[in-house]
Amino acid sequence: MTQSPVLSVTDLVVEIPTRRGVLRPVDSVSFDIAAGEVLGVVGESGAGKSMTGSAVIGLIDPPGRIASGEVRLNGARIDNLRPSEMRRIRGKRIGMVFQDPMASLNPLLTVGDQLEETIQVHLGLRRAEARKRAIAALEEVGIPAADRRIDSYPHEFSGGMRQRVVIALALAAEPEMVIADEPTTALDVSVQAQIVALLRRLCRERGAAVMLITHDMGVIAETADRVAVMYAGRVVEIGPVREVVGAPSHPYSVGLMGATPSTSGDAASERLKQIPGAMPRLLSIPSGCAFHPRCPRAFDTCDREAPPLLRSGSSLAACWLCSPDHQHLVQSATLPEAIE
Amino acid sequence: MASFNQRLQTALDSDLAFAFKRSPVAMTATTIFALLAIAAVLAPLIAPYNPFDPATLNLMNGFTPPMEANEFTGQTFTLGTDDQGRDVLSTIMYGLRISLFVGVAAVLFAAVLGVTLGLLAGYFGGWVDTVVMRIADVQITFPSILIAMLIFGVAKGLTPVEARDEMAIWVLILSIGLSEWVYYARTVRGATMVEKSKEYVAAARLANRSPLAIMFGHVLPNVMGPVLVLGTIGLALAIIAEATLSYLGVGAPPTQPSLGTLIRVGQDYLFNGEWWILFFPAVTLLALALSVNLLGDWLRDALNPRLR
Amino acid sequence: MTAGPRPALVRADHLGRVFDVSKPWLNRVLEGEDRKLLHAVTDVSFEIAPNEVYALVGESGSGKSTIGKMIVGLLQPTAGDIAIGESPRTGRSTRLQMIFQSPFASMNPRWRVRDIIAETIADPSIDRGARAGELLEKVGLSAEDAEKFPHEFSGGQRQRIAVARALAADPDFIVCDEPTSALDVSVQAQVLNLMRDLQEELALSYLFISHDLAVVRYMADRIGVLYLGRLVEDAPRDALFAEPLHPYTRMLLEAAPRLDAFGREAPPPQGEIPDPIDPPSGCAFHPRCPLANRRCKTEAPRTLALENRCVACHAVEEGRSA
Repeated sequence: MTQSPVLSVTDLVVEIPTRRGVLRPVDSVSFDIAAGEVLGVVGESGAGKSMTGSAVIGLIDPPGRIASGEVRLNGARIDNLRPSEMRRIRGKRIGMVFQDPMASLNPLLTVGDQLEETIQVHLGLRRAEARKRAIAALEEVGIPAADRRIDSYPHEFSGGMRQRVVIALALAAEPEMVIADEPTTALDVSVQAQIVALLRRLCRERGAAVMLITHDMGVIAETADRVAVMYAGRVVEIGPVREVVGAPSHPYSVGLMGATPSTSGDAASERLKQIPGAMPRLLSIPSGCAFHPRCPRAFDTCDREAPPLLRSGSSLAACWLCSPDHQHLVQSATLPEAIE
Repeated sequence: MASFNQRLQTALDSDLAFAFKRSPVAMTATTIFALLAIAAVLAPLIAPYNPFDPATLNLMNGFTPPMEANEFTGQTFTLGTDDQGRDVLSTIMYGLRISLFVGVAAVLFAAVLGVTLGLLAGYFGGWVDTVVMRIADVQITFPSILIAMLIFGVAKGLTPVEARDEMAIWVLILSIGLSEWVYYARTVRGATMVEKSKEYVAAARLANRSPLAIMFGHVLPNVMGPVLVLGTIGLALAIIAEATLSYLGVGAPPTQPSLGTLIRVGQDYLFNGEWWILFFPAVTLLALALSVNLLGDWLRDALNPRLR
Repeated sequence: MTAGPRPALVRADHLGRVFDVSKPWLNRVLEGEDRKLLHAVTDVSFEIAPNEVYALVGESGSGKSTIGKMIVGLLQPTAGDIAIGESPRTGRSTRLQMIFQSPFASMNPRWRVRDIIAETIADPSIDRGARAGELLEKVGLSAEDAEKFPHEFSGGQRQRIAVARALAADPDFIVCDEPTSALDVSVQAQVLNLMRDLQEELALSYLFISHDLAVVRYMADRIGVLYLGRLVEDAPRDALFAEPLHPYTRMLLEAAPRLDAFGREAPPPQGEIPDPIDPPSGCAFHPRCPLANRRCKTEAPRTLALENRCVACHAVEEGRSA
């Protein structure tokens, strides 16, 4: 990437002190997102993907806190801002779309009130202009008869339409980036496709950077430009979508893609690949590479030392197999066929 | 025994125990309540006198102030004596027994009745629900002390004169219990309706379990949390209700005085300068009700996952 | 395999279920409203052969869970019949079991796993503790786990316990209601593989209910597609995926996210699922259907029986679907 990234996260660590010890739901996470780019963050529950999103927008519930690392928005640090300053950035410079649209909408105000307020506050327009902008924004997200629907309350919209309103709201202040945390999880398949397409189109048109957090590999494959796979608080693989989803390097990514059932191909009679075990709890993250107890290709280094992100093709993978010292291990077996 | 130790360990390690150890209010309240409860239970063993044994009473000891020697007999009483020369400390300990017994029994009675009706109403719904909850609605519009007095009056009229003093305690329990069951019924009904819609109840139905088995085996253990909280707060209310009734003269008889009875007796002498006859029972009642209530409040917060 | 000449194990015949979702009587009178009826399931017929996995797939409001509950007897149908084996069923039968969606709500949190599994054991002569241990090992857990409580297990392990519980009744037929939709992908694969292995080993039949076409494709022999409480298409798996006939099935297949469709720019489907209390006239799918004409708006399509499959669509019947 030649231009400087919109969002740049470096060695981010989030800690939650509890009486049973300090939890690290996010551990040394680094990534960049460029303007107009969609970075998909995938992982299973407990991987730390949502916590990473919350950390970026400064919405970690106490006693959790950012213990170290940096978050930069267009070059300026935003991880150490005061809550009041952060509040000004959220909504204005970073738009947010969550799984539950009602979490972002005030049920007591009409959709128009909320849109107009955001536009007035952040863009400094007068009321009449703000209303015109609001109607245009609703039309843009595909709400039919926007000039009439603008005076409806959130509960008068269906689930999919509500999520469209939230997208309009997230984009109303023309933010530099949008964080979408499981934006389609609560929606039906046929509606989900519409929302994903809408989000991608609008962000591309406006050149906003998008951080798309989801557990759905299919949504990631179709939407993201680059993908970060998270496991037990760390990014285990990051790279272009074709590579990470189509030809993953990290054994966890390999397992994840193999475990995802598909509607295409002739795999119907084949067995799903399965990864043994489950995501470790935050209190008992294994030593070394956190994935090693479940990894079919783990060897002696893996339980001693956590691997850094190493180059593998055009992506980076946190796996000792990608280290030049261990190339002989890679040759001995090509990618694992059946992980069972 | 290993499993007991294991269970004890788990209990001590639980979040509730952790929250308890970190709450000075809960610790203090528990300590006060425990002291009062021990004093009540062990009263016959540790009380300096038996205030209800006429043989030990000496009218000459009447109105002895606390910590002062009686001018006639030279005896000293820690908290003084009342008009009949009874040791106030001992009457308080015996009075605590009555107050606590009535309170606990009334709460148990109200809880059993309310939980059962609430379970039935919540699980079966329909007309069972309608009947039970409409009765509850009507009853809740009357102040509970009024209902208790009503029941007490009717029961008193029905019992023969010579059995009245003996029956008084039980009538007290019945009347307080009947005026409090509504809260348990409402809470349990709501919780039951939530639990009933959960899939484990459907699984039990698929296993051909009877509705009663599901209600008491599955639903009941899962709705007991709020009942525990209500019961603790209800105990404070029941103790106050008992004291109020006894104060009004419709509760515990003077032969078996509760804290409320002692306060009623004591107020006659307050303005004669014999303050201790009223003061010490009143402070004890306050301490008892307050400690139970604070404990209940803390328990409610500790068991509420949203406040954690 | 599909339902051939063998007698069906489970037969649903013109099944229907109406829910009364009106406000209480007094409110209706005061506000001058009519009764509101929700037709959750309308005229649904299908058969499940022994040793077959039949899947019902549909989005929210399709009535798929309602059908599952009616089959096992947790809900009574308001129309039609359910026949199990040869005889029409009376009351509940322990030969039917169910695996529920939520790994959390489907087990009493205050019961030990042994008791949870033992509750479904119907035969009183069986040693319950031993049987529970045996079943736990069958689903990939250890016999010692019987002494634990549900909260000590992860979601995937709990779903294994749910499978063990269902097997405890020694069933011929299990209704699986979205058994993996609450699980993570890697754990979902474990549970799906386990369920498939057990189905083969114990010659079980499943009614597999899901919103996920990819999961259904992995599990089912035959698939029924539901839209707003009606069965719009019913076909063997391979036929359905190779040649979907109903426009709704096509839309679902088109919309399902794919792992190999990087940056797909296909136009997304139009419209949303209508309110089931006030469904569109005629064919309920017509407002979203690219093939709809005037007949579709007024006349509900009848089920057209083709060779080995059924479809309810005017466009297919008239040969307009191409």
